[in-house]
Amino acid sequence: MIRFLLLFSRQGKLRLQKWFTAYTDREKKKVIRDMVMLVLARQPRSCNFIQWRDLKIVYKRYASLYFCAGLEASDNELLSLEVLHRYVELLDRYFGNVCELDIIFNFEKAYFILDEFLMGGEVLETSKAAVAASMEEADTLQEVL
Amino acid sequence: MSDVVEKTLTALPSLLSLDSQPGSAKLSSTSKLGNLIRGITELTSKHEEEKLIQRELTSIKEQVSSPNTSMRQMKELMVRATYCEMLGYEASFSYIHAIKLAQQGAALEKRVGYLAVSLFLNEDHELLLLLVNTVLKDLQSTNLIEVCMALTVVSQMFPKDMIPAILPLVEEKLNHPKEIIRRKAVLALYKFYQIAPNQVQHIHNKFRKALCDKDPGVMTASLHIYLQMIKENPEGYKDLTASVVTILKQVVGGKLPMDFNYHSVPAPWLQIQLLRILSLLGKNDHSTSEIMYEVLDESLRRAEMNHNITYAILYECVKCIYTIHPKSELLEKAAKCIGNFVLSQKINLKYLGLKALTYVVQQDPRLALQHQMTIIECLDHPDLIIKRETLELLFRITNAQNVTVIVEKMLEFLRISKDDYTTTDLVGKVAELAEKYAPDNEWFIETMNTVFSVGGDVMQPDIPNSFLKLLSEGFDSVEEDRKLRQFAVDSYVSLLQGGPGKLPQRFLQVISWVLGEYSHLSEELDPATVLSLLSKLLDSKNTSSETKSWVLVAMTKLCEGRAGVSVAREVSETYSSSLDTVLRHRAQELQHLSQDFELRARVLPRDASREPLEVDSSLSFLDGFVSEALAAGAAPYKPPHQRQEELAQEKALSLEPYGLSLPISMSSCSIGDRQSPTLLSVSSGLSGDSIELSHKGGSATLKLDGVKRVWGREGYLSQRESVEETAQVEVPSPLRSPGRQGEADKSHHQTPTPTPTPEPEQEKQQLASSLFVGLGSQSSVCLMGKSDLTNQRFRRKARCSGGSEITSNSVVSPPSMVDSLLCNNLLDSNVTSELDLASPEPPPQLCQDLSAANGTCDVDLTDRDVTANNPSVIRDNGVVAAEDPDKPTDLCLSSHLPAELSGLSRSDITPLCSHQSLHLSACHVQGDDSLALVVFILNSSDSDVQQMLLQLDSDQLEVSSVSESPVQEVRGDSVVVCQYSLTVKRPSVLVEVCGVMSFMCSVGTPQSVQFSYKLPLASFIRPLTVSTEEYGTMWLAFSHDTKQNLTLMREDRESLTATLNVLKNKLQLHVVEIIGMEGIVACRLLQDQPCLMHCRINAGTLAVWLRSPIPDLPDCLIYHCQRALQEH
Repeated sequence: MIRFLLLFSRQGKLRLQKWFTAYTDREKKKVIRDMVMLVLARQPRSCNFIQWRDLKIVYKRYASLYFCAGLEASDNELLSLEVLHRYVELLDRYFGNVCELDIIFNFEKAYFILDEFLMGGEVLETSKAAVAASMEEADTLQEVL
Repeated sequence: MSDVVEKTLTALPSLLSLDSQPGSAKLSSTSKLGNLIRGITELTSKHEEEKLIQRELTSIKEQVSSPNTSMRQMKELMVRATYCEMLGYEASFSYIHAIKLAQQGAALEKRVGYLAVSLFLNEDHELLLLLVNTVLKDLQSTNLIEVCMALTVVSQMFPKDMIPAILPLVEEKLNHPKEIIRRKAVLALYKFYQIAPNQVQHIHNKFRKALCDKDPGVMTASLHIYLQMIKENPEGYKDLTASVVTILKQVVGGKLPMDFNYHSVPAPWLQIQLLRILSLLGKNDHSTSEIMYEVLDESLRRAEMNHNITYAILYECVKCIYTIHPKSELLEKAAKCIGNFVLSQKINLKYLGLKALTYVVQQDPRLALQHQMTIIECLDHPDLIIKRETLELLFRITNAQNVTVIVEKMLEFLRISKDDYTTTDLVGKVAELAEKYAPDNEWFIETMNTVFSVGGDVMQPDIPNSFLKLLSEGFDSVEEDRKLRQFAVDSYVSLLQGGPGKLPQRFLQVISWVLGEYSHLSEELDPATVLSLLSKLLDSKNTSSETKSWVLVAMTKLCEGRAGVSVAREVSETYSSSLDTVLRHRAQELQHLSQDFELRARVLPRDASREPLEVDSSLSFLDGFVSEALAAGAAPYKPPHQRQEELAQEKALSLEPYGLSLPISMSSCSIGDRQSPTLLSVSSGLSGDSIELSHKGGSATLKLDGVKRVWGREGYLSQRESVEETAQVEVPSPLRSPGRQGEADKSHHQTPTPTPTPEPEQEKQQLASSLFVGLGSQSSVCLMGKSDLTNQRFRRKARCSGGSEITSNSVVSPPSMVDSLLCNNLLDSNVTSELDLASPEPPPQLCQDLSAANGTCDVDLTDRDVTANNPSVIRDNGVVAAEDPDKPTDLCLSSHLPAELSGLSRSDITPLCSHQSLHLSACHVQGDDSLALVVFILNSSDSDVQQMLLQLDSDQLEVSSVSESPVQEVRGDSVVVCQYSLTVKRPSVLVEVCGVMSFMCSVGTPQSVQFSYKLPLASFIRPLTVSTEEYGTMWLAFSHDTKQNLTLMREDRESLTATLNVLKNKLQLHVVEIIGMEGIVACRLLQDQPCLMHCRINAGTLAVWLRSPIPDLPDCLIYHCQRALQEH
């Protein structure tokens, strides 16, 4: 199960945070700080997995954004790497050639897409089309109102 | 200027001009959020940003509280507020508005409201309660999107206590026609299962239905729950194996809709989930494993595409194959797979390959051997993560022969690692290896030196602890011990001479202890040198006061001769005025002991650290002091939790009916510190010193010896898989330097690379052979199953035998307690044992009686008294097969029981004492509101007994006679019954009634017999029927309390009820209410002395808190609870 998912920029600015288990505000701050420090310090082309405390950290850089997920010990790192990738694909499909700015200015949409994709730290919907459809549905609903 | 600003600025014009972008609802350039973000990017300093955000927040605050703000505007405001929070600024004023938006907004507004709530609030935030109604409403909505939103927010965060309120609605959704709703409902239930498993256990059958759902998505979602449940109880779900295998077969065969494919791999998430379930089911189960071999083989075969996702499946497959019951054919394939991973050029795969190797190396050490060159390469990999993982692998294959090389590599890594968590972990591993496989003293001490200097103050406190213990307890050979200690002393002296400035405090503490204890072993070492080194340490600014007190203790042990005394005087003068009380105390000790050599020799005997020290943890020697103080008017001692609570009560009114948050860590008050004073055995010379040892330098760390460490300073420690006793060799290897060792071993090692190799290659090969020595397939190696203790250098001596502890126990603990505990055992067996075995012989007492009839009365009678109790002692210990001497008497006496008592429960009739033909027996009868003691006086002779007078007396009980006129005579061959009513004056675990009966036989001489009757306090316990409210008021009013953890009766979710039922039946308690994991219970001690009990399930034990107005009652009752549960 994914414990948390963070998106931050190369400058260490947090762009999105999702916590799938209960953390206190203090813990959250600490995790964010540690993640940003750890991940930004990594050399290019090094391993995408880090052991941090009792968690496995899987991160991947897409353009100027780092996607970073904290996993439990029993989780599969490679699979989670693909979770991150699928999320990027979903964002890309929704925004059309997504860039960091899309996520900054429409971060709530990014959250909604995530909610359609993951639930309770597990993958809910693997089909790109299905996520897109449910997003569209919600958007049109708003247009109507 | 930062990159993002640049990028933003260059992008801005295009953003402003663009109206329609691909996708829908793109950013509106005029939106206020857009303005805010743009504003922020234009700023240059953090300070300006702060000002801007504060301004923004103020304006948001104004608008949200204005009544004219529409929901649409509110949505926009919430987005801005969440943005500010994400930047790290607090916007708590908006929380309530977010909830309102979720409540009142329509569609997307509601969605933003829910999002804001889930971003703002924590799971335990009190405002969440306000959300429950909204969620309820939305769950019942006909609008699918609203239902979806509600389910999403429920799985994200929902107050645990409110789950029952929405559970039926979520359950209902399992039957919803839309599969997306069903899917979300299953995942919401999964979340409930995680946070409150007992709330959903009654719907397990519905999970089955979800598992059989026609939509594969719903089925996939339900597997999350099943994985969790199978993890907890693999035995219960073995029947699922066949279905899981079938599902996997279909998935692998591509039978699922295309929708589930990911990069043309069929449903990888589902596959991996299924593989995980299979590995849980097949673990240690041959027949179940049989079922899955085929499909595993197929999975391996199918996953051939060169893509991350197939590797993910392969990895899981390999793990599964190595977890279940092995099958050689599959293992071979899996090993090949691991090989591919390890040899891969992709660094991620290499990493996973190493992980897999680490996982399997205990089963198959040859695999490590196969890849030794790759492992060596990884050891020098620029990526620290890879390096770290390689060390983990090496740790698993360490044996006595390669330990030096591996430890060297680990220490190398430690010197460059900056992560505290890694350091702590690795330092522990090095210490473990060093202790286990150290080839010689020098190496051991030097390695530990590095461990202490690198690990410094982040290492686990038990490392220096066990190191010192190892030194002081010694090994099998006295000479070796001496050498080791001497070497340690020499090495520390040179370290201190080299400048102690950089050494961590923990290390300095170890050094001072060793120097204090053993520096006399080194003959050429002048005590004065050591003293001056130590006093230099004292003067150093970097030395903490905790370390200083260690140094002072060491000096106290060392100050000898004139020079020593003068140093001691100087030092003690400096520190006797220290502000630190501990230091002052030590300085005083030093001063006094340095002047009085005799006393010092007695207090600090040389080399006595091995002898166990008896510690009276009850501090009974202070009793006199305490009673004096009490007499002088001091306030009685109250335990801290009680004090705190009283403080809290004074401060504010408690609105809760009871139970002001029970302390969570009740486990810390273990049985040991509540029950009868126990005896600690700590190895050291001086009592103060020993406390320090066990406390590891005063900082309140617990003695962790023998306790499984699950929590560390960093939180939950990931469970280190128990390291199998790794490879060992039949013949202990002679000491060799790594280099020579390498050469020697190379000869019988087949390295895969061809022989003519360039220089660096050769170096690597040498390293390889020294690393992997002892792992070869040569018969000498056995990785599994054998203990390698034979080979271990530092073998711990057996702890001091239990015998001495037992004897000392009785010496130190107050005799009364011991007595009463012992007696309790005696009596309990008397009272509770129902021995059906009726012995045909006459009771032993009677025989003895006849034979001893001519003896002098007094002596005889006291003897008798003892023998009357003795059989039960033996019985209780189970030494002698039980035989019941009382049975025949019991049968005939019970008919004499007063009529009003006949229907009530009573104890067995116990013989009290006999004199010639006169036999006294007694039993106690428990009425609803009373406890009656019935004494039977049986006169078996023909002649009458006259002028009989029976007097009962007790310290703990109030005894009153029930019959009006006392019986004065017993006719021949008859039974007289006397009945007494008992109530408790002063509770004690076991209460005793003493009695004297004087009488005159027909012969004419006056006689008297003494007896005593003991009964457990439990017989005086009656249920106390109160309501929860009454309970609440009473709880707060009572001042005496006790806490303890009891064992639960069962492991499952009904354990609380089951346990309380046992207590209820055995002890006649009244269960007031059971709420979830907590239960409240009430009882009274006859007549009307209440005692309340609060139980809570906490980490697998039952945390019990008892309160009563009567002192000692809680303690006694908890004892009986414990016994009742043990006996059950």
